[in-house]
Parts: sequence; C-alpha cells; structure tokens
Amino acid sequence: MSIWEYANPKKFIVTTTPLVPWIFGLALACLTVGLVWGFFFTPDAERFGSTVKIIYIHVPSALMAINAWLMMLVASLIWLVRRHHVSALAARAAAPVGLVMTLIALITGAIWGQPMWGTWWAWDPRLTSFLILFLFYLGYLALWGAIDDPDTAADLTSVLCLVGSVFALLSRYAVNFWAQGLHQGASLSLDRETNVADVFYLPLLVSIAGFVLLFLALVLLGTRTEIRSRRISALIARGG
Amino acid sequence: MIALLTRDLRLATRAGGGFGLGLAFFLIVIVLVPFGVGPDAAVLARIAPGSLWVAALLAALLSLDRIFALDHEDGSLSLLATAPLPLESVVLAKAAAHWLTTGVPLTLAAPALGFLLHLEGAAYAPLFLGLLLGTPSLSLIGTFGAALTVGLRRGGLLMSLLVLPLYVPTLIFGAEAARRGAAGLDVTVPLMLLGAISAAALAALPFASAYALRVNLR
Repeated sequence: MSIWEYANPKKFIVTTTPLVPWIFGLALACLTVGLVWGFFFTPDAERFGSTVKIIYIHVPSALMAINAWLMMLVASLIWLVRRHHVSALAARAAAPVGLVMTLIALITGAIWGQPMWGTWWAWDPRLTSFLILFLFYLGYLALWGAIDDPDTAADLTSVLCLVGSVFALLSRYAVNFWAQGLHQGASLSLDRETNVADVFYLPLLVSIAGFVLLFLALVLLGTRTEIRSRRISALIARGG
Repeated sequence: MIALLTRDLRLATRAGGGFGLGLAFFLIVIVLVPFGVGPDAAVLARIAPGSLWVAALLAALLSLDRIFALDHEDGSLSLLATAPLPLESVVLAKAAAHWLTTGVPLTLAAPALGFLLHLEGAAYAPLFLGLLLGTPSLSLIGTFGAALTVGLRRGGLLMSLLVLPLYVPTLIFGAEAARRGAAGLDVTVPLMLLGAISAAALAALPFASAYALRVNLR
C-alpha cells in the first residue's frame, strides 16, 4: 500500500467508504469514555479545583490545532511535489477543522483563565501565537474561497501554507521575546519521565485519541465531499 | 532589471502614480492616534514606538496592490513573464521599487512624526534604523501577497488578510527596538533579528512570489 495509489480519487473513495463510519464510531467512543471519565471519575486537582476538568477539551484541541496545520503543510508539499490531487483536497478539508480546533482551544483557555488567572485574555506568548495561528487559518481559507480554478487555488494555497508555516513558527518565538507568559509550560511530552499525574493522564490520553480520530474522520469526510463536488462541477462543465 | 526598476520608479513618482499617498496616509494615522487616546504627552510617548510601526505597516500595505495589478491589467506582466529576465528577478525589481517608493520615504518621515507623539529622544535612532532594516521585509512579504492575489477580484482586502499576519514578526522586533531605545536598553538584538528577517525574506520570498505569479499567469 502506498499513498500514491490514493491519488486516484475513485480508489480513495472506495477505500474510505467503509472506514469513515468506523472511525467516527471510534472517535465517539473515545470521546465519550475520555470525557465522562475525566469529568466525573477523577478527583479535583489541588491547585486548580474542579476547573482542571477543562483540560480534557483544552489540551486535545490545542494539540490538534497545531497538528492540523502540520498535516496541511505535509499535504501541501505532497501536492506541490507530486501533484497528488487528493492530497491538496485533504489539506483544504483539514483547514476548517483546524480553525475550529484553534477556536475551541482559545475559548476553553479563556474559560479556564478566568478563574485561574483572573482574566479572560492575557497577551501571553502561547495565547498570542494561537491567535496568530487562527489568523493564518482564516487567511488560508479565504484564499481557497477566493479562487475559482481548483488547481490554481491548490497551488497558491500550498505556497501560502509553506510560507505561512515559516512565519507562524517565527511569530511563535518572536512573541516570546515580546512578553512574559502566564501560561504554564508543556504538560505533556514524549521525552519526559513524568507527565501529569496518572489519574488525569489516562483519561486525557483517551480524549486526545478521540480528538485525533474525530479530526481524521472529519478530514476524510471533507475530502470525499470535495472530490464529489469536483466531480459534479466536471459533469456540469461537460454537459454545458 | 535596472530598466524595470527605473520604469517602476518613474511610473510611481510621476502624475497619477500615487507616490505621496502612502506618506499622507502615514501622517493621517499618526495624527489620529492622539485624537483616539487623548493629548497626554506621557501616554503618547509610551505608545509612540508601537503606533509609528503599526502606521508604517498599514501605509506599506496600502500601496501593495499596485505592484502587480496595473501590469496584470494591461498585459505587461505576461510580457515580463516571457521575457529573458527570470521572473524571480522581476519580482525582486518590483519589491525594490516598492521599497524605494514606500519603505524609504516612510523611514525618512518617521522621525519627524515621532515629534508629534513626543517620542523619547533616545528612541529616534533605533526607530530609524529599525524601519530601515525592517521595511525591506515589508516590501518583500507584500510582493508575495500581491503575487498570490494578482488575478482576483476584491484581491486587495484578501491580500491584507494574508499579508498582515506575516508582518507580525517584523512588527514585534521593530517596535521592540524602538521601545528598548526609549527605555535606554540595548537595541542590538532586535535590530539584528530585524535584519535577519529582511535578509531571509530577500533570499527566499522572491522564489515563492515568482511561483505564485507563474501559477496566476498560467
């Protein structure tokens, strides 16, 4: 199996048709288990009280907001190098999901920030770079929406995604230079011995898995919709 | 390339080129700031570096859609694309022309407008140097935005949405340099980073812009 086979939209549709409901089902199961477990069966954290429970939405959505952009970057590169049509459409399908994830992370962060920091919003480096990421998503989607010809749109948005990634990264570190942070450092990472305490860690992992699966399902669904709408416009163009 | 540069400069500076518009816009924004926040000198001095930078950014943005739009309309852009000169050089010449007609005048005018906002005496040099080092990146990034949106209706509004987030690092370092200057701190780090952004933009962005132009002219 190689991803190049799936440059054929028909093959992509045929393969993903049975997969989508399963992935949706799994995502739903993981989210239900993770969120219910997190909300009702974990103790309150000592410094945070019960506000800690928002972590089960905040952290996974923030994670997906960044990873969605990374996925768009990879998909754009694949499109630019190999003219892999499905890849370009997948990048497009990922953008609105990433946008919403960024928004969820920002909003849940504000709701969490109000009791913990006493403010809904602070010009903290992490918060600010998420806001900038949100603007990048907006610009990317606006460019997709503005161009009629699909191949031109795919090309231009891919270039924008590449250049935007560099500048998004640059902004991420530039804002460190510009303000001191309120936000705590990374709570999860693969290369550390200790993460969050296990009581919170396990339901959090399940929620993250749920968000990843949900993202995957939505992207597949969006890509299939894009392929079909392309097909329809091709049929209309042929029929005159 | 030189011929193209002088042609663009001539087009921009002669009648109907809108050469002074960017500067006038810069002046108006700076004049509006005290109306917005009140005439208190201490407050104005505090926000002066940031206001000057934001206004310069917006003034540079204003003239971006002229870079390719007129040439695209009368077809000379297609001629340039088929000319022996590589499109990357065309883009570079266009960005240079934009910088000479917008970035340089803004840089020269900024200290004068600093007086209006009671800018601290020590901040003039970092502000001037920062604009001198930072405005090339504004022109280069703007050229990229203009190349992306050249064929579009209502491209101007979309372009500002695309370009302004890309201006964030330049703005942060530029305003930081002026702010540190005002506070009497060392300004070399932000100025070096500004220069680095401009140099990197100079090295990489013409290729991205030329690619976008080729796609748009396809």
